[in-house]
Amino acid sequence: MSSVAEFQQSLSRSDTESTVTTPEEFASTLADVVDRPAVGAALPFDAVDLDDAPVTLNPTPTQLREAKTGVTAARLGVASLGTVAIQSRAAGDELVSLHPETHVVVVRERDLRPDLEAAFDWLDDRFDDGERSFVLATGASATGDMGALVEGVHGPEDVHVLVLADDE
Amino acid sequence: MSKTDELDADAIRELLRTEGDGIKENTRHFNEERYERIEEVGSETHERYRSEARQVKEDAIERLPELVERTTAAVEDNGGTVYVADDAADARRYVRDVVDEDDAESVVKSKSMTTEEIELNEALDASGVDVWETDLGEFVVQIAEEGPSHIVGPSLHRTREDVTELFEREFDTDERLDTAEKLTAFARDYLGERIEDADVGITGANFVLADSGSIALVTNEGNARKCASVPDTHVAVAGLEKIIPSVGDLHPFAELISRAATGQHIPQYLSILTPPVDTPTVDFDAPDEAGFGGSDADREFHLVLVDNGRREMRDDDDLRETLYCIRCGACANSCANFQSVGGHAFGGETYTGGIATGWEAGVEGLDTAEEFNDLCTGCSRCVNACPVKIDIPWINTVVRDRINRGKDPGFEDLLVDGLVPDEETAGTPLRKRFFGNFETAAKLGSATAPLSNAVASAGPVRAAMESLLGIDARRDLPSFERTTLRDWASDREAAVTDPRRRVALYPDVYTNHVQTSRGKAAVRVLEALGCEVVVPDVGGSGRAPLSQGMIDTAERKAEAVGETLGDYVDRGYDVVVVEPSDLAMFDREYERLVDEDVHRTLSDNSFELFEYVYGLLENGADESVLTAGDGDGVAYHSHCQQRTLGLEPYTEAVLDRLGYDVLTSDVECCGMAGSFGYKTEFYELSMDVGETLADQFADAADERTVVASGTSCLEQLDSLLAPAPRHPIELVDPGA
Repeated sequence: MSSVAEFQQSLSRSDTESTVTTPEEFASTLADVVDRPAVGAALPFDAVDLDDAPVTLNPTPTQLREAKTGVTAARLGVASLGTVAIQSRAAGDELVSLHPETHVVVVRERDLRPDLEAAFDWLDDRFDDGERSFVLATGASATGDMGALVEGVHGPEDVHVLVLADDE
Repeated sequence: MSKTDELDADAIRELLRTEGDGIKENTRHFNEERYERIEEVGSETHERYRSEARQVKEDAIERLPELVERTTAAVEDNGGTVYVADDAADARRYVRDVVDEDDAESVVKSKSMTTEEIELNEALDASGVDVWETDLGEFVVQIAEEGPSHIVGPSLHRTREDVTELFEREFDTDERLDTAEKLTAFARDYLGERIEDADVGITGANFVLADSGSIALVTNEGNARKCASVPDTHVAVAGLEKIIPSVGDLHPFAELISRAATGQHIPQYLSILTPPVDTPTVDFDAPDEAGFGGSDADREFHLVLVDNGRREMRDDDDLRETLYCIRCGACANSCANFQSVGGHAFGGETYTGGIATGWEAGVEGLDTAEEFNDLCTGCSRCVNACPVKIDIPWINTVVRDRINRGKDPGFEDLLVDGLVPDEETAGTPLRKRFFGNFETAAKLGSATAPLSNAVASAGPVRAAMESLLGIDARRDLPSFERTTLRDWASDREAAVTDPRRRVALYPDVYTNHVQTSRGKAAVRVLEALGCEVVVPDVGGSGRAPLSQGMIDTAERKAEAVGETLGDYVDRGYDVVVVEPSDLAMFDREYERLVDEDVHRTLSDNSFELFEYVYGLLENGADESVLTAGDGDGVAYHSHCQQRTLGLEPYTEAVLDRLGYDVLTSDVECCGMAGSFGYKTEFYELSMDVGETLADQFADAADERTVVASGTSCLEQLDSLLAPAPRHPIELVDPGA
């Protein structure tokens, strides 16, 4: 199984939708999955950006509070778990990924790693490079504290992963 | 915390009634999920992570002073502050000062047992600061003004209906909050506003990474992420033991922690943060300013590392392991007693479950540990559940021993010193010495049977036993056989010439004096399979005194057993053991009680009875000499310690091979656990635990023969289900 297929399978196990797209189709795919109003954190990628997307970058607190969707990048995906790594950046990835009901997260195919062990090797390298704050997020926020499993507690209720296919 | 007063029969009965249902459902769910996820990942892989994690913790605690220095240097280098607090008051004072200097009016917190330990909320409350717990479980116990009942699930003892009633009353809501969804939505909105308003966010830290000055937070709700990112001041409070060297060392824990805790392969959120983080703060007072309110406030970060007894624990050879604990709660979830009664009984000021004894003894003192330590029966089901391989039963035993020693000598000791030939200091409670010296009672009982049985069962004697020894009159007492197994065996002619193997069958106290029929069956089975069998003249293994916390007495017994059985091994005998709790002694506890070579000799050459029979059959012994099953149904309950040693499957395999149709129970423990179920205050708890086993076998018992490997389990099944259940060896005994 390709790592993309395994990643998608793991995502669906954790109740997370995913769509594979390409740099060319990214803008339209994103527009389809974003529920507005939406906020975003600028993507740290060369091939795609959020400049023309229906999302507000560097939002006001009110926009952050009222947004239905938050769009961020993930710097890493873990194929075996459906986990993504959200970096704490000045662009506000942590806030944008956490406050709105839906988190749309963009991960590049080349940034997929097979498992948690490989993810920690990757983290080790990032730490060496001075990038040292990440959240490994898997699925929606959840609690069982109210007597049954409920999704969408302090974090998003839905997560949608856009996998950006590598150029052939 | 709001602990129920003394742990007596009334308190336990009340908890069984009010909290038992919630605790049972939730802990068993976590426990089952844990087994399933471990099976998915594979036990070999899981064991590899356990070994790695254990290694990291051993190393980190060994190097703790150096790691504290490295952490401090790294955090300061990043622009944060580290404070090492000597005790709870010191930690509280520091956090209060930070909050004061910030002119903070309100604080939001994510779940942190260490802040519970230092009673931080009370201190902040007292200085007029609003404190809000944002983890929903913590929020529930905060509103209910009670202590957490579980390390991971603080409100685990409350059902959804309970919480509905609590919230509707406390918040006087217009709408009904009668579903988990509505309750969650209400709490999210309510706490969301508190988070927006908060001046300071306080989190714990599941791990602290020394090299980079980072913290790792494990949550499912996302509240720790908000507490650490929305306010501009972040205070993380963690025990000193949370430090590990670097991010690479975090990997095995990332694999293990949620699998062990809740049966998830990974938490929803594993935050690895190196504060002050680059995430902008959010200024909700400037709602329409772009850039999250445009605050130019610098982020402030304080890491409070709490000692509060930990450095002393580090120097204590028996408590040190407690510091390896990653607070997953697997010891609680796998504990049959905990599953029934929860952390409001099985817990101290802060911590709950098996490992709580180590924590409470270390950070509070023996008095606090004493309040619940007797709830650990030593069944050992937590041993394999613990992701860092802490020998939790041993910690409980050591603490029990220390508690015994701390008692003032009293009248009772003068009375019984001559009757209890142990090594204990005056002060060890009479009842513990009675159960710890059960071997002496058994010898006397057999010598004077059947008179001893008639006397012991007489009403006035039972009443005296209940008042003096706390032996519950509702329990049947063991009935001693006049002819011991040893007497019977020594009168037998050698039955096997040219033996396949030579066996020293260990005559544990029960098999020798009470359940002699299973011993006789064992002798006949082993002989039928071509073994020479001797029953050596050897005393108790030390299990009975050990379970009462009488370590010196257990040590003396262990040394004697080691010497006698060691001689047999030297002469070419294999040691075969009927009672699993004694085999577990030879295999596990003797490591701490006798010399290393004696332990290795016994451990390597001792076998559980069916493990041994299985080996004989696998090596060509003729199974047709044993009594076959012809499809007969058997309901089999394996002993808790036998399961911990991985020896449950041999009985199943042999019975299966002989044509029995075997149904095996999957409860963690029968609830009897040696002397535990005899004790007056624990009788009802013991029966409550046993009910789960009885329920599993209830339908089957009509059509199946009920068998169990352990003495206690047989007694419990006898009370709960079918009279006179048997040891499985009696089924296959050709001489029966």
